[in-house]
Amino acid sequence: MSATSIANADAMVPQGPRPQHLTWSRILVYGTLILAAFTVLVPLYVMIVTSLKPMSEIRLGNILALPDVPTIDAWVAAWTSACTGLTCNGIRVGFWNSAFILIPSVVVSIAVGAINGYALAFWRLPGSGILFGALLVGAFIPYPVFVYPLVRIFAWLGIYGSLPGIVLIHTIFGLPVMTIVFRNYYQSLPQELFKAARIDGAGFVRVFVSIMLPMSTPILIVAVILQVTGIWNDFLLGLIFAGRDNMPMTVQLNNVVNSSQGERNYNVEMAATLLTALVPLFVYFVSGKWFVRGIAAGAVKA
Amino acid sequence: MTLRPSNVSVRGLDISFGNVHVLKNLSIEVGQSEFLVLLGPSGCGKSTLLNAIAGLMDVNQGQIWIGGNNVTWSEPKDRSIAMVFQSYALYPHMTVRGNLSFGLKVAGSSSEEIARRVAVAADMLRLTELLERKPAHLSGGQRQRVAIGRALVREAPVFLFDEPLSNLDAQLRAELRVEIKRLHQRIGATMIYVTHDQIEALTLADRIAVMQGGIIQQLDTPQNVYAKPANRFVAAFVGSPAMNFVDGRLVLNGSQPLIDIGGAQVSVAGYEFATQAIDGQSVTLGIRPEHLEIQPESKEAQDGIASTVEMIEPMGAESLVWSRIGPIAVSARISSERPIALNEAIALHLPVRRISLFDSATGHRI
Repeated sequence: MSATSIANADAMVPQGPRPQHLTWSRILVYGTLILAAFTVLVPLYVMIVTSLKPMSEIRLGNILALPDVPTIDAWVAAWTSACTGLTCNGIRVGFWNSAFILIPSVVVSIAVGAINGYALAFWRLPGSGILFGALLVGAFIPYPVFVYPLVRIFAWLGIYGSLPGIVLIHTIFGLPVMTIVFRNYYQSLPQELFKAARIDGAGFVRVFVSIMLPMSTPILIVAVILQVTGIWNDFLLGLIFAGRDNMPMTVQLNNVVNSSQGERNYNVEMAATLLTALVPLFVYFVSGKWFVRGIAAGAVKA
Repeated sequence: MTLRPSNVSVRGLDISFGNVHVLKNLSIEVGQSEFLVLLGPSGCGKSTLLNAIAGLMDVNQGQIWIGGNNVTWSEPKDRSIAMVFQSYALYPHMTVRGNLSFGLKVAGSSSEEIARRVAVAADMLRLTELLERKPAHLSGGQRQRVAIGRALVREAPVFLFDEPLSNLDAQLRAELRVEIKRLHQRIGATMIYVTHDQIEALTLADRIAVMQGGIIQQLDTPQNVYAKPANRFVAAFVGSPAMNFVDGRLVLNGSQPLIDIGGAQVSVAGYEFATQAIDGQSVTLGIRPEHLEIQPESKEAQDGIASTVEMIEPMGAESLVWSRIGPIAVSARISSERPIALNEAIALHLPVRRISLFDSATGHRI
């Protein structure tokens, strides 16, 4: 017995953490991840370096090369003087339009979604199950189906092509997803908390404001992320419903890229694109963890 | 703290979810200052009944009266009740003080009144040191004390407890059990307490309502529920270790009534029959382990049942000794000090004052 244990002393005695081996499956996983990262990061890299080059350098055709003489002229031009159709005031006009659409749309859609979700999760009113089912269906119907009837309705109401019109549109289209996200979150809170508040005498509004809302910070962050990125990136609804004076930044960007005559100013177009993407990019970078959670919250029933 | 306790009266209550009838024509009267425990396995409808009394669940049929008012359609806050939940249900973003005062703030009490009531409740439950803490920084026992405090500040005449100790470990449960009993003696409110723990029921209750399948099986004092269970379900559910059950046949035509258990005969002379017994009826004899007496075989026991010791479970002060009556394994609880050995030949003795007889077919006490 003692002889064999001495003979085996050189061999690995299982002890502590299991040794890690580089296996084929691991190589495959890392390979796929690196490839995926490249497909996203290379275009971003090209955009950034191109936006910092003067046109003379771009004409050389080395799109992966770093700029010899970095310049922010293209960024300034994109912001202040790029032509969007007939006017040449840059895409800053679009930026502010988008901001004016974004802020009320985010606030209103989240407020309505939160109250809806709260009512569905706790107040079990007759027919609330059917209502929730209808909302689920609403979340999966493609936008274009609604476009024509909504244009007619909005024109009839006199809010077609106005700021309140586009805010209302974003609220309506945000409603199903916002309601589901909030309902699932509130459903995951203990029911007894709601009962305790009811015993304490709090009614519909008081329970929401004093008990549920202060506990909603995580899901509020998720909702803000979803709505900010969604509404900022919107092109179709803004183009159709916002009206000529309120065209969001995405629509203006499209005009910059498509309306240039003569030589294409690739650096200005890249800079304008990056400027337009800045808000969602910022949101992604700052809140990556929350964003993933938001996707999960929307997709998985809690 | 003084408050006027109310009586609670549930009259012909029906509650069903779809096709599932949770409560069926249930009526119960709870007296002023009474401590009533609703005891039963999960799914028996005890929590549903409590939620209905609290006004947190709509009823399909029947009435609920609290303190002489028909509150069947009233909001929870208008029912003069306070409630403590199993999961504590403390508001996580509020301090202990905030939790205690929330209900009073909603009711629009003055800040002096709130401060006074919070101070009294905190003092009574030893929470004064913890008033500025958030629930996340409290232990389980402290959290449940806060939950009880939140009920206390309401100065309600009726307290409802929904399995308040089930989330706590055994030691804390015993401590808080005493605390709740003391609270009841001190403030004298009417209390209705839901639990599946029979020890809690036996220690706390003035009366126990044992429930199963949405029906109250027995409503009586802890002593009677324990000693004279109304049916086999109650007998089996209450008591730990559980009651022994042996099937037999009732023989009434001899000189004295007896039960024939597969050849062995147990005299039941002096048993107080609850109903008219029938000769030859199939019965189930129940006897609690602590009432089953063991004597050494050698001692000439005239009506003992011969058996042998098959297993011994030591439980500290006492031991559970397993043997057999016919094919049925039975346990007897004896002092650990008594010497007893495995395979020892013994005689089992069933004191007639301690046994319960049930109709084998219906399970009712006879």
